[in-house]
Amino acid sequence: MEFETVIGLEVHAQLLTRSKMFCGCSAEYAGAEPNTHVCPVCLGLPGSLPVINRQAVVSTVMTGLALNCRIPPYSKFDRKNYMYPDLMKGYQISQYDLPLCVEGYLEFQHDGQRKRVGIRRVHLEEDTARLVHRTWNGTGYSLVDVNRSGVPLIEIVTEPDLRSPEEARAFLMALRQVLRYLGVSTANMEEGAFRCDANISQRSLDGSVVGPKVEIKNMNSFRSVERALAYEVERQRSALRRGEPLVQETRGWLEDQEITVSQRTKEYAEDYRYFPEPDLPPIFLTETDLVEIRARMPELPLTRFERFVRDYALGAAEAGLLTEERAVADYFEACVQGDREIARQAANWITGELFALMRERVVDIDGVGVRPGQLRQLIELVRRGTINALTAKEVLVAVSETGQDPDAIVAERGLAQVSDEAQLRAVVQRVIEQNPKAVADYRRGKGAAIGFLLGQVMKDLRGRANPAVARKLLEETLGAPVE
Amino acid sequence: MSEDLTRLTVTEASARLARREISAVELLQAHLERIRQVEPQIHAFITLTEEVALAQAQEADRRIARGDVAPLTGIPIALKDVLCTVDAPTTAGSRILEGFRSPYDATVVRKLREQGAVFVGKANTDEFAMGSSTENSAYGPTRNPWDLERVPGGSSGGSAAAVAAGEAMVSLGSDTGGSIRQPAGFCGVVGLKPTYGRVSRYGLVAFASSLDQIGPFGRTVEDVAIVLQAISGHDPCDSTSVDVPVPDYQTSLTGDIRGIRIGIAAEYQVPGMDPEVERVVDEAVAELQRLGAEIVPVSLPHTKYALATYYIIAPSEASANLARYDGVKYGLSLQGETLLESYLQTRGRGFGPEVKRRIMLGTYALSAGYYDAYYVKAQKVRTLIKRDFDEAFEKVDVILAPTSPTVAFRLGERTADPIQMYLSDVFTIPANMAGLPGIAVPCGFAHGLPVSMQFMGRPFDEGTLLRVAHAYEQATPWHRAVPPLIEAVTRRAPSGGTE
Repeated sequence: MEFETVIGLEVHAQLLTRSKMFCGCSAEYAGAEPNTHVCPVCLGLPGSLPVINRQAVVSTVMTGLALNCRIPPYSKFDRKNYMYPDLMKGYQISQYDLPLCVEGYLEFQHDGQRKRVGIRRVHLEEDTARLVHRTWNGTGYSLVDVNRSGVPLIEIVTEPDLRSPEEARAFLMALRQVLRYLGVSTANMEEGAFRCDANISQRSLDGSVVGPKVEIKNMNSFRSVERALAYEVERQRSALRRGEPLVQETRGWLEDQEITVSQRTKEYAEDYRYFPEPDLPPIFLTETDLVEIRARMPELPLTRFERFVRDYALGAAEAGLLTEERAVADYFEACVQGDREIARQAANWITGELFALMRERVVDIDGVGVRPGQLRQLIELVRRGTINALTAKEVLVAVSETGQDPDAIVAERGLAQVSDEAQLRAVVQRVIEQNPKAVADYRRGKGAAIGFLLGQVMKDLRGRANPAVARKLLEETLGAPVE
Repeated sequence: MSEDLTRLTVTEASARLARREISAVELLQAHLERIRQVEPQIHAFITLTEEVALAQAQEADRRIARGDVAPLTGIPIALKDVLCTVDAPTTAGSRILEGFRSPYDATVVRKLREQGAVFVGKANTDEFAMGSSTENSAYGPTRNPWDLERVPGGSSGGSAAAVAAGEAMVSLGSDTGGSIRQPAGFCGVVGLKPTYGRVSRYGLVAFASSLDQIGPFGRTVEDVAIVLQAISGHDPCDSTSVDVPVPDYQTSLTGDIRGIRIGIAAEYQVPGMDPEVERVVDEAVAELQRLGAEIVPVSLPHTKYALATYYIIAPSEASANLARYDGVKYGLSLQGETLLESYLQTRGRGFGPEVKRRIMLGTYALSAGYYDAYYVKAQKVRTLIKRDFDEAFEKVDVILAPTSPTVAFRLGERTADPIQMYLSDVFTIPANMAGLPGIAVPCGFAHGLPVSMQFMGRPFDEGTLLRVAHAYEQATPWHRAVPPLIEAVTRRAPSGGTE
C-alpha cells in the first residue's frame, strides 16, 4: 500500500525585545549569571502583576502579516495552567481561542518549486525558566535559572500541509529566514531561540487507511527535525504495513540513538484549564495600527528573491545566495544602486570573494570591512581597465584590512594596470629572449605556449600587465605560428 | 495627660500633629499601649511591627518639624497581611507563606509610606482572604471587640477589629466578595470597597484577580475618604487600574444629601435575614429620608444569582492564582520522593481546608467538559448582574442594602457549614461582580451588636457614596459608640502614651 506523509509543525521563536513579555527585566539573558535578570513579576512572586510589552505585540503582528495572516481586531491573553518547577506562577500566560494572528500561509522554494504551507495561527506567550539537572554524590538535583522566564515567545502553528521530512526542514528554514528578515527573532535553533515540535501521521493514497497523529518533541536542530521525521515515517509505515497498532501519542527524539521513544499517550494528555487572564486587558488592533506596522516591514525573502532574478538577471542559485540573509541582500543593493551592469559583477564578488573572507574570518557581511560603496569602486576600477581582475582581488583584501578606499590603495601601491604599449613591448621582448624553448614550442604550433609567455610577462610586472594588450604584443612579436 | 489619643480621628490627629500639640511618637505609643491591653484577647494582628512603627513615627516627627506634612503623616495604620511589605513578613494568613518576606512593597504600601504613615502591624485575615469570619487564618482567629465570643467578620477581620479597638487609627483591607464591608459592619466601623480599577492591586496577594480591590477602614467616613485619597490612582504596574482622575474626596463631604436618589431593591430581602437587622436598616432609611434623600424602588433581578456565580468565578481564578505556592521558591517547602510528592506534601500541609475547597471548586469549574457549563456561563450571568446595576443607576444615585443579613455570629457557629458562611456575603458580592464601589456604614445596634448598611454607587463615583454615608453619619451617633471592652480598658488604665 502506498502511503502519504502528513506533517504539521508547531514552532516557538523567542522575540528580540529589549525587555521581557510582562516586566521590565532585560530579555537579553544569554551568557548572564543565572537569576540576575529577574524581578517580582518574572519570578511570579505573590502580588506581582503582568504588564503587556507593546513591542512584543507589534513583533507578533508583524510576523503574522509576513505570514499572510488575518489580524483580528480583538485578541486576549489566557492562562494555561500546569505545575512544573520551570513555571514560576503555576500557569503560563498564553493565548488560547483568540490569538493575535490567524489563517495565513508561507510560500517558499523547495526542490525548485514554490510550495505553500498554511499557517493556522501565531500567538504570543511567555517563555519558562530553564532547569539545569545535576548530580551530586549519585543523587540527582535540579537548579532553576529564572532569567529566561517571561521572555516573549511566539508560537506558530502550521496546517498539516507538509508532505515529507525534507519539506518540513525547508519550511523551517524559510520561516527562520522570514523571522530574521523582520528582525523579530534571532531564530537560532542551537541557542533555543527557535524550537520545533511536529505532528506526523500517515495515510494511504486511496484514503482507506489513516494512521494516528504522533507528536514529536526534542528536536534541536534542522538536521534532527529531518532525521526524526524520517525515522518516524519509516516506523509508522512499517507498523501500518505489518498491521501493527499505532497510537496517538507524544514521542521524544533521542539524538544520540537516532530513534523516537514514547513519552505520553493520549489518555494522559494534560487538561490546561485555559481561561481568560484577568490581570490583563484585551488587545484591540485598529486598521491604523496595522498600516503602521506594515509600513515598518521590510521586503520579504521570497519577493526579494524573485525581484533579484527579474531585475538583475541573476540565476536562481545566485539570487538565492544573495537573499538568504537580509544583510547580504541589502549590501548587494547598496553596492549595485540599480545598475544592472554592476549587478552581475557585484553578485560574483559577493558570493565569491566576500563570502570566502566571511567564512575565513567568521564574520558577517557587515563585519567584513568592505563597505558596499568600496566594492562598487573596485568593480568600476576593473570595468575601466585601471586594474585587472587579479589585482582587484588583492585590492579587496587590502580594503578589508585597512579600511582604505580601492582608489587610494591602487594609487598608493601603484597597482594600476600597465597598458602602455612601449612599456609592455620592452617586457615582451625580454620574456621572448629569456624563454627560447617556449618560443620554439609556440612556433612549432603549440598555441598553449603563449599562455606560459603571458604568465612570464605578468610575473615581470607583478601581475599588473593588461592581459589583452600583452597578448596582442606577444602575438605580434612572435608572428604567426608555423602550421 | 489622661486623654485617650486612640479616640482621635485622622482629621483631628493630623491637625494636632501639624500644630505640634502631639507628636507622632506619642500617638503611636497610645496605640501600642492599646495593643498591649487588648491584643491578647482580640488578636487583630499576625505580625506586630513595633520597631518599624517607632522609626516611622520618629521620621514623621522630623517631617512635621520641617513642615512637610501629608494627610497621613504620623498616622498609625494596620495593613491586612495580604499586602506585600519589605519590612515585615507577608503571610496571607497561610502556613504556605511561612517565612516569606516580600522584596517589594505593594503600590498602596509605597503610597502610604511616602505620606509618612506609621505601620503598626500586619492584620489578621482568613487564609488568602478566603472566608467571612477570619476563622480561616492559619494564625488563629480574631475576635470581635464588641463581643469576644463573636467573629469580627472576614476576611479583613483583623483590619476591622484593629480599628474598632483603637489598635490602629485606620487600616487597609481587601474586598473580593465583601471582605472589607462585612467585617466593617460586624465591628461597627466604616469600610469602603473602591471601584474595580480605582486602586492598584500591585502587591496584593491575589485571591480572585477580577474581583479583588484594596480599600480603607476607619471610624469615620472622613477618615476613610482620606485614606482612599492616598491610595487611589492609576498604577503602570497594574494594567487593570484605570487611568481616570481621582477627585478630591473630602470636598464630597458636604453634609447635604437633599435630592439624592437612593435605590432600594426588593431582591435584597432574603430568607435568613435577621428581623432586628432589618428593623435597624429600615430606621436608617427613614433617617436618610428625613435628611432629604429620595427613596426609589429599583429592581436587580439577576442579583439572586450573584452568590452562585461568585462561587464559580472566584475559585476559578483562585485555583490559578494559588498554583505558584509549590514549595520550590519560597515559603513552606516539604520534600517528597518525587516532584509530585513534594507538591502534595507542601500544598497538603500548607493550605487550610477552605483554601483547598476553593482550589478544588475552581479546578473543577475550569476542567475540560465543565468550563462552558460553569465558567463561561458564570461570566454571562456576571454581565447580566452588571447590566441590572447600569439600568438601576439610570434612576438612582446610590443603592442601599444591609451590609449583612445578620450581626456578628459566634466563633465556630458557621465553620461546619460552608454554605451558611458563604451566605453572610449575599449583599456584598453583587458589587464585586459588577466592579462597583461600596461603603459600609454603622447604622445602629441589634442584640447589642453593630448593624451596618451599605451604599453601592456608579463606577468611580466613590465621591457620592462618601457624601451620602457622611451625611448620615453626621446626623447619627453610631460612629461615636465604643465597644464595652475598650471602654473598660480605658477606664482601668487611662492611656497617656507612656509606659
